[in-house]
Amino acid sequence: MTEDPAGRYPGYDVMSKRWTLSWDAATRETIDRRLGIPREPRFFTPEEWRTLSAVCERIMPQPADRPPVPLPAFVDQKITDGLLDGYRYAAMPAQGEAWRRGLAALEQEARQAYGTPFDELPDARKDALLTRMQNGELTGPVWAGMPCKLFFEHRVIPDIVHAYYAHPAAWNEIGFSGPASPRGHVRMGLNRRDPWDPVEAVPGGDVEYAKRKNADVG
Amino acid sequence: MSADPFAAPRAANGRAPDVFRPDGWVPMREYSRDEPVDFVVVGTGAGGGPLIARLAECGFSVIGFDAGPYFRPLEDFASDEREQEKLYWTDERIVDGDNPITMGGKNSGKAVGGSTVHFAMVSLRFRPEWFRSRSVLGYGADWPLDWREMWEYYGQAEKALSIAGPVSYPWGPKRPRYPYRSHEFNGAAELLARGAEALGYAWTATPLATVSAPHGASPPCVYRGFCRFGCSTNAKQSQLVTFIPRALRAGAEIRDLAMVGRIETGPNGRVTGVHYHREGGWHFQPARNVVVAGYAVETPRLLLASANGGFPDGLGNSSGLVGKNLMTQSNQAVFGVMQDEVRWNKGPQALAITENWNYEDRKDFSGGYCWMAQGPLPVEWATIQTTSRGLWGQALRDEMEKYNHQVGLKMVGEMLPDERNRVTLADDTDQFGLRVARVTYNWGDNDKALIQHALGQMQMSLEAVGATEIFRQENDTNHLAGTARMGDDPKTSVVNADCRSWDIPNLWVCDGSVFPTTGGVNPSLTITSIALRTADRIRSMAARGEL
Repeated sequence: MTEDPAGRYPGYDVMSKRWTLSWDAATRETIDRRLGIPREPRFFTPEEWRTLSAVCERIMPQPADRPPVPLPAFVDQKITDGLLDGYRYAAMPAQGEAWRRGLAALEQEARQAYGTPFDELPDARKDALLTRMQNGELTGPVWAGMPCKLFFEHRVIPDIVHAYYAHPAAWNEIGFSGPASPRGHVRMGLNRRDPWDPVEAVPGGDVEYAKRKNADVG
Repeated sequence: MSADPFAAPRAANGRAPDVFRPDGWVPMREYSRDEPVDFVVVGTGAGGGPLIARLAECGFSVIGFDAGPYFRPLEDFASDEREQEKLYWTDERIVDGDNPITMGGKNSGKAVGGSTVHFAMVSLRFRPEWFRSRSVLGYGADWPLDWREMWEYYGQAEKALSIAGPVSYPWGPKRPRYPYRSHEFNGAAELLARGAEALGYAWTATPLATVSAPHGASPPCVYRGFCRFGCSTNAKQSQLVTFIPRALRAGAEIRDLAMVGRIETGPNGRVTGVHYHREGGWHFQPARNVVVAGYAVETPRLLLASANGGFPDGLGNSSGLVGKNLMTQSNQAVFGVMQDEVRWNKGPQALAITENWNYEDRKDFSGGYCWMAQGPLPVEWATIQTTSRGLWGQALRDEMEKYNHQVGLKMVGEMLPDERNRVTLADDTDQFGLRVARVTYNWGDNDKALIQHALGQMQMSLEAVGATEIFRQENDTNHLAGTARMGDDPKTSVVNADCRSWDIPNLWVCDGSVFPTTGGVNPSLTITSIALRTADRIRSMAARGEL
């Protein structure tokens, strides 16, 4: 974990490269569309949306100092747009049905275990239920034969986590240099940095230097 | 920007996309549906692409069908993992067995050019003994091909694809130097080399199908690192920018967004053409020969779905082997953290390789493997963290922050043929009403032993370079093979050495499905080499009136 509240790559914003030679028109259009995703549910009901939002907040907690990546919206969009994975476990229903059933089952498990809707549970209890799902330990009737472990591994995790790490906000956190066409990269070897690569604030190092450089990537 | 390549076919009205110019077009010959063409080729990837081009260059009338769109990389490809999932075959397939295969981007493409549009460009020759693995090495099945003849076709394929590789290759019999100089190493490749040195193993620059100097309209690779999500500069020598343009120049037609659903047979038991779906309706294209080149899932799916009264078990299936002996390759990895900044996403992912364990037989399992340097992009890296370590929440966020310090080694390992591993038709249907494939897979004891050996070796290599926080990715697989194997005996194979069906003389299969064994290297160069050989064989047979 980084100590600095500004993060490991302080001041780095991959979006500042939007008009540099690292981004082409197709990439700009793709990222614009991603940032402009509709925030309201199109597939999920309001009840499902509440549970889903609470799940997203625990699977991928986000810092308070920036607007959150709207993860429930990306889950909804994947189903609404019919973007498939290319395979489905024989024991799993189609993705929309899997999410509907999984969220309803999680809600039922929360009420049964704690007498409270999932989204109103304290974080520790939410995590406890999610951990039991990950371990295949939830077997309430609402699952209706769908293995909760497969639901966790093949729906909950990829649909939320992939959406997060496809977002520029996540690229800033991990120091990903991001889109790279047409310019690509020039300095290839160990400990080499292109001027358009982010600079890391090493522990005990010069944070101001990193900030200055990161303000100028491109 | 041109119209959406998914909305309507681009190859139509006497022209096809010019893949080297935004909005550009090149002339394309078109054939009538009222008359048979010499060859219909179903699939335009590593097998179909070269065959379409070479057959057209030999003067045959040829149509290449692809279910996917016809991209112009310069205008259609973004530098983005998620957007570029549009290159993958993401239609539903059911997976089961003890070790279900993750389908999609790692093994299936849906575009003109097939999976080569997103492949990692690793272009390796088989070890010669693998063509006789049953008689010489004692496992799997023998191929009906002679390695010396294949050596010749490998050379042709490497030249046609302008492979960038080392001056001398450390393993196997002598081969000519690669047509283009090898690529510069990134940090991850440097660490592979350093680790291999420490273990006493040879290493080299990986022969890659991306040019290190200009070739035709392809500029040299600029090391974007998005190779497996489509090359937006055309440095990558995919089928889309190599053999397919050649095919058009030689008079072949390409039909994009054209899903072939069934092969028709006539009263004499020969195939007569294909039923395909394009622009909202079903059509029939008559043909004197049909070549299926849809790869190890779609090829058996089509052959099985074409069953009729005369061929109740599917076409070319008197051996009962269509769909059986599916092989994937073990693709496990070991990852660690370096003090150094590695920035492993720069450049092609697999710039360095050691094939030590493909050529070393002193081990207690059958088959071989290589390993290569790694550099997954953020979404794939998050997938590895979550699937291998079960991480989520703050623990996942903390690990992901180490991205620029990560290093990894990933194997490509040989899995043995096993008839239990197979492709069948499920009851579910797809958007065309066609039954989807069910893909069943179980690892055998030998597969597991090979994987554990490789994981131990890769871990030693990472430890030798000072990596810490080492963990293993135990569950990954990639390329496909098998399901329509070639052989010398009609009872134990689906096609002969010429990729020709034993049962139906004008039906052919030309893709990774014909592999009797899969070897411990990426398969695309072998698929392309077999396709080049098949074209030569067809020309010879045609000259003798043997088609």
